[in-house]
Amino acid sequence: MKWCVQVLNPSFSQLLKSQNTRSEMAENGLLHHGKVLTVDTMNPNVKRVEYAVRGPIVQRALQIEKELKEGVKKPFTEVIKANIGDCHAMGQKPITFFRQVLALCSYPELLEDNKFPEDVKNRARRILQACAGRSLGAYSASQGIELVRRDVAQYIERRDGGIPCNPDNIYLTAGASDAIMTMLKLLVSGEGPSRTGVMISIPQYPLYSAALAELAAVQINYYLDEEKCWSLDVSELRRALEAARKHCRPRVLCIINPGNPTGQVQSRQCVEDVIQFAAEENLFLMADEVYQDNVYAEGCQFHSFKKVLFEMGPEYSDKLELASFHSTSKCYMGECGFRGGYMEVVNLDPEVKVQLTKLVSVRLCPSVPGQALLDLVVNPPQPGEPSYGTFIKERSHTLEVLAEKAKMTQEILNQVPGITCNPVQGAMYTFPQIQLPPKAIAEAKEKGQAPDMFYCMKLLEEKGICLVPGSGFGQRDGTYHFRMTILPPTEKLKIVLDKVKEFHQSFTEQYS
Amino acid sequence: MGLKPLTFVRQVLAACIYPSLLLDDSLPHDVRKRAQCLLEECGSIGSYAPMTGIRKVLLSVSEFITRRDGIVSNPDNIIITSGSQHGIIVLLKLLVQSEGSVRTGVLIPVPCYISFKKALTAQGAVAVPYYLCEEEGWTVQIKELRRALHAARGHCNPMVLYIINPGNPSGHVQSKASIEEVIRFAAEERLFLMADEVYQSIVYGNGREFYSYKKVLSEMGSPYSNNVELASFHTISKGAIGECGLRTGYMELVNIDPEVMQYAYSLFTINLNVPVIGQIALDVMADPPQPGQPSYALYAQVRVEIFLTLMNNVQRTLEVLTGLPGITCQPIMGGVFAFARLHLSEAAIKHAKEKKLKPDFLYCLRLLEDMRLFASPGCDFGQEEGTYHIRMCLATPEETMEDVLQRLKSFHLRFIKEFP
Repeated sequence: MKWCVQVLNPSFSQLLKSQNTRSEMAENGLLHHGKVLTVDTMNPNVKRVEYAVRGPIVQRALQIEKELKEGVKKPFTEVIKANIGDCHAMGQKPITFFRQVLALCSYPELLEDNKFPEDVKNRARRILQACAGRSLGAYSASQGIELVRRDVAQYIERRDGGIPCNPDNIYLTAGASDAIMTMLKLLVSGEGPSRTGVMISIPQYPLYSAALAELAAVQINYYLDEEKCWSLDVSELRRALEAARKHCRPRVLCIINPGNPTGQVQSRQCVEDVIQFAAEENLFLMADEVYQDNVYAEGCQFHSFKKVLFEMGPEYSDKLELASFHSTSKCYMGECGFRGGYMEVVNLDPEVKVQLTKLVSVRLCPSVPGQALLDLVVNPPQPGEPSYGTFIKERSHTLEVLAEKAKMTQEILNQVPGITCNPVQGAMYTFPQIQLPPKAIAEAKEKGQAPDMFYCMKLLEEKGICLVPGSGFGQRDGTYHFRMTILPPTEKLKIVLDKVKEFHQSFTEQYS
Repeated sequence: MGLKPLTFVRQVLAACIYPSLLLDDSLPHDVRKRAQCLLEECGSIGSYAPMTGIRKVLLSVSEFITRRDGIVSNPDNIIITSGSQHGIIVLLKLLVQSEGSVRTGVLIPVPCYISFKKALTAQGAVAVPYYLCEEEGWTVQIKELRRALHAARGHCNPMVLYIINPGNPSGHVQSKASIEEVIRFAAEERLFLMADEVYQSIVYGNGREFYSYKKVLSEMGSPYSNNVELASFHTISKGAIGECGLRTGYMELVNIDPEVMQYAYSLFTINLNVPVIGQIALDVMADPPQPGQPSYALYAQVRVEIFLTLMNNVQRTLEVLTGLPGITCQPIMGGVFAFARLHLSEAAIKHAKEKKLKPDFLYCLRLLEDMRLFASPGCDFGQEEGTYHIRMCLATPEETMEDVLQRLKSFHLRFIKEFP
């Protein structure tokens, strides 16, 4: 081989030499340095995945909490985490009936215990009968326990005034997030100019942008109208779609109603307009309706996309492809930790449905306790049953308090010069616009931070309040926002709002 | 399949779900203490868990691993998953380049359980099969790994070696020497190791012990222990605890590039799937009742009973299967399956071809129809061309196992008469 090395291109001979060295090294048990899995060799799509709700500001909040525990002195004694929609973490009480039934399902010996009302015991028995081996610990069918899917279908029929729902079109999932990611995975394909484009509202819940980044789909932004209470205008949908057609293949329209972070509850007319638009433009509609019970404002009502679709008649209801999502994490249940949820698919091509069923089977099945909880949510205590009184009281109380807090939040924030807050019509967040002095914007830019991130970081350091900057959700250029949950208990929320008010005033003065 | 859950686990779960039970004297003291401790950590089981898992549970898991291996485990390298499949799926999202001219290849054993193959396809990876050696009890052969790897290099970028120990469906438990060979191979050929160890607590002795890939890697010292990139998977779905429906497990990462770790964390964050209830069960698996505590006696007793049941089932299954003409079965060293070879006659094979079915698929279909017994055909798992197999689950009460074996025996004898 020696003469070959002399004749060959020098870089090739270098390569040969290094290969020899490599196998020598391997033989001697020595290895190159340099990992197999680096930022360059990993899936390139992962680099674009960001999720603001648990992003850098939360990391810093956790660090500060640690410092407080270690006795470091701060201008506050606790960090109030108003960043994530975690009801129980903020003091919302779980529904007694749900927890009792689930306890019995987990440890059926408690069925002998007289402490528990008869209806709780009957429900637990009913659920356990439907589980393999009568245990929450066994795998369920991948699509979800059949009994639960039937109960979900009946819930949907009741909710939507009798419009039929086929349990076969129900997929139980690990929270709505799991369902959303699964559908997007199915929908995204193509390359270059034919790569799937997915329309999503700005502002949006960042799970969508993260999922689209992970799947390397093209994100198509349509702007909600802040001046008009974050309502949706079809002309804006049209604008976004037409612009997108130049560089991708738009196939999906995602809508969150009630909205996150914006809290708006779309009018019935709006829901119809969106359906009509999706039908005309041949788009698959994904309706994220996890906040459907969280509606507070006078004159606002939740209209499910499924219901409106069918009321619009067969011209639409026979053709439009729709996936609706719901979950046990929000509303009055707030059971985020259980990972319960479902999606209903409408007018899905039968062959695609087979593929969807196959896709969900890869992760085997969703959490069985989560499925059990979902069953209770869609099938709550009825009048006359022993648990009914307590259940209704607890549910009403939770929703009423949320409504009061929504109102209080809007009122207090709107009193602050430089903060404008749209009415919190639903969901559990407020997304006010904040005016930032040019000096502050400049300093943020110097630090390489989005101006509202800069603002929120300072708020965290000075007042111990953790919010999420609007840049994490998307906003019109040149506008700044933050998202705050309305979940802390009323007294605490009032304190938070007062601190935000103080901070905003001092921040504005500092940077004038 | 009829095996009972562990009482302590279920009592703790019930108390966490419905904390009023903590005021109850009917639950043992150690149950209440554990529930209280976990509730203090997570607030409510209805809350979202922190990113990589509840801190206390991560600590319990790292201590469990430390005790198991005699080597310190860092909780920062542990991510709690929603079952091993979830962990595998998300890790594949990190590892696999599915677009462009060169797709990531993943070495996968033949035979291999079905979900992993589906996960590879779903992520767009190229599956690179390496055949386990049936004659030697389903061992991993390095020269076969090498053959598979070199063949693959032409059409993909093989970057990952996936190995299951104890094997599913094979039931083989690797010797320490075998594990060392695989690690050396991965080091030489620059492969990321994925070690699926979900059956680690079900090993039937006979001179074979479970060694974790982490432990062996550590003991091999430099340059292996500080270079080979490894992800190990475990779960609460298998073993004595057997809580498949709760969907929880963990993944431990070793020698991962710190920048990549950040991305791993962010991927797991958006895949917000891990139920808090499952993490509580994981805490119990990692940190079970100890001697002296009120729940210990029952816990230990049931674990032993489950294990004895499994051992009995393995023994009986091997007895019956090897007593039947036309069936052979390699020793079952671990796991909960028997993967037996069917030596089908030409007549049977011809009949299957006429029906346009794979021969072992036909066998299992007939078994289901004639005897109401459901076993999986080897074609689902992959096998050498021209061989046929059947996989049966052994995690069932002894009476059920007897019933299963009698049905299989009676079916098989009729089948071979029908197709001599």
